[in-house]
Order: sequence, then structure tokens, then C-alpha cells
Amino acid sequence: MQLDTLHFTPLASLSGGVLIGLAAGGFALLLGRIMGVSGIVGGLLNRGGQGDRAWRLSFIVGLLVAPLVWQLGWRLPDIQVAAGPVTLVLAGLLVGFGTRLGSGCTSGHGVCGLARGTLRSLIATMTFMLVAVVTVYIMRHVLGA
Amino acid sequence: MKSSLTAGFLGLLFGLGLLLAGMANPAKVSGFLDIAGLWDPSLALVMVGGICAATGLLAWAGHRQRSLLGLPMQLPKPGKPDVRLLLGAALFGLGWGLAGICPGPALLGLATGEIAFVPFVLAMLAGMGLYSLLPPPRS
Repeated sequence: MQLDTLHFTPLASLSGGVLIGLAAGGFALLLGRIMGVSGIVGGLLNRGGQGDRAWRLSFIVGLLVAPLVWQLGWRLPDIQVAAGPVTLVLAGLLVGFGTRLGSGCTSGHGVCGLARGTLRSLIATMTFMLVAVVTVYIMRHVLGA
Repeated sequence: MKSSLTAGFLGLLFGLGLLLAGMANPAKVSGFLDIAGLWDPSLALVMVGGICAATGLLAWAGHRQRSLLGLPMQLPKPGKPDVRLLLGAALFGLGWGLAGICPGPALLGLATGEIAFVPFVLAMLAGMGLYSLLPPPRS
């Protein structure tokens, strides 16, 4: 293992994490729910549940507006996507289906669940982290993609 | 109305946090997951910051009968891990590793206008829709 000191952004990443945590904590405190993106989006695709459509859509709109608001003060960070279209479709299907089956993603399990100290979220987070690390290892260092 | 405005504001705060943290860039996420290569530990600090900031607020929320806006508390009760949780998390991890994109940054990336997020988000929505066709979990 070698540290990538060129791309390491400790202060920005820690501060960004704090904003994410404040949003998650505020969400639970004000709305009484877990701020998990897969659950918020997935809930829109379930049959029924018309009553809570408004706040779900509103959260998504807020998220989509963020890059515009960001650009009032700063330049957008570099965004590089290495995966090709076929990989992106496969990955998207896995992320969509997997997060719904596993009841959460990085925000719901990785931030909210770990902050609440639940066993389910700890197991889920360790599982998706481990599988993601192994996947990148195989892609980059075994297959050499 | 009040809950929608609140949700919108929190979505914006969350999105700005993702941008500041570096989560919006899939290459940076992959750099964190690639522990055998040139490793960028930034995203570990995103989790540390997020968990530290959320812990007190979530504990406070957990002690309340109703939310500060007067809504019923719907935080999930602690439960045991099961097959759905493990299999779901594993499939998610596989997809996250393949592209370096998880659901929040996927939507955020779409809003930056980067075209590569279009196929990912459409497939992600299809995957979620596929799930909602399955029978709901027995509880």
C-alpha cells in the first residue's frame, strides 16, 4: 500500500463529512426518518405511498440543485468516470437492486446506521466495503483493466 | 409543506457535503477502494466526519416520540442481520466497486451534466423498480 498524497484531501473530506452528518442528523430530528438516498428514491417507485411523495421529491430536488448552488462560489470539482457504458449499466442495476434488497446504501447504513450503532448497518457496511474493495482489486490488479 | 421545505434544504446540505468531501468524483471513490494501489484515504475521513456529526443528533432523535416538526418517528428498530441484508449489501458493493458510484453521488453527478451518469442512473432506477416487483419481506 502506498499513500496517494497528491489526491488526499483530509480537511475538505472531513468537513464535507460533517455537512453530510449534519444533514443526516437533522433529517432524523426534524422529519423522524433515516436519511438514506436509496430508501428515499426507492420509496417513490413502490406502489402506494402517495402521501410521502412530496418530501421525497423535495429532498431529491435539493440534492440536484447542489451543484448549481456550489457554482455560485466555487468551481465544480473534477469528475472523472473511468467505467464504460456497459459497466455503468451493470453497476447501476446492481447498486439499485442491491441497496433496496439490503435496505440501505452508503448514507443510510454507512453514516446513519453506524452513527446509531446498529448491528445490521455495521454488518451491511462491512459487507459492501469489503466486496467493493475486492472488486476494485480484481479489476485493477488481476484483470489489469 | 414544512416537511417538504425541510427535506429540500437537507438534500441541498447533503449535496454540498458530497461535493466538498470529494464523493462526487467516481475516480476519487475508486482511489479510496483501491487499497493495493496508490491509496487515497480521504473517504475514510468523510465517514468519520459524518458519523461524528450525526451521532449526537441521531441519539437525540431516538429519544423523542415525535420529530421536532411534530411528525411520527419512523427510525427502524434494531434487528438481526439476515440473508436479504447480506446479499443486498454484497450486490451493492459489487456495483459500487465496478463504477465508483453510489446512489447519492449518482444523482449529484447527473446534475453536474456529466453524461456518463445517465446510463448509471437509469439502470439504478430500473434495479430499484425491479426490487419493488418482488414480494415484500416477511416480518
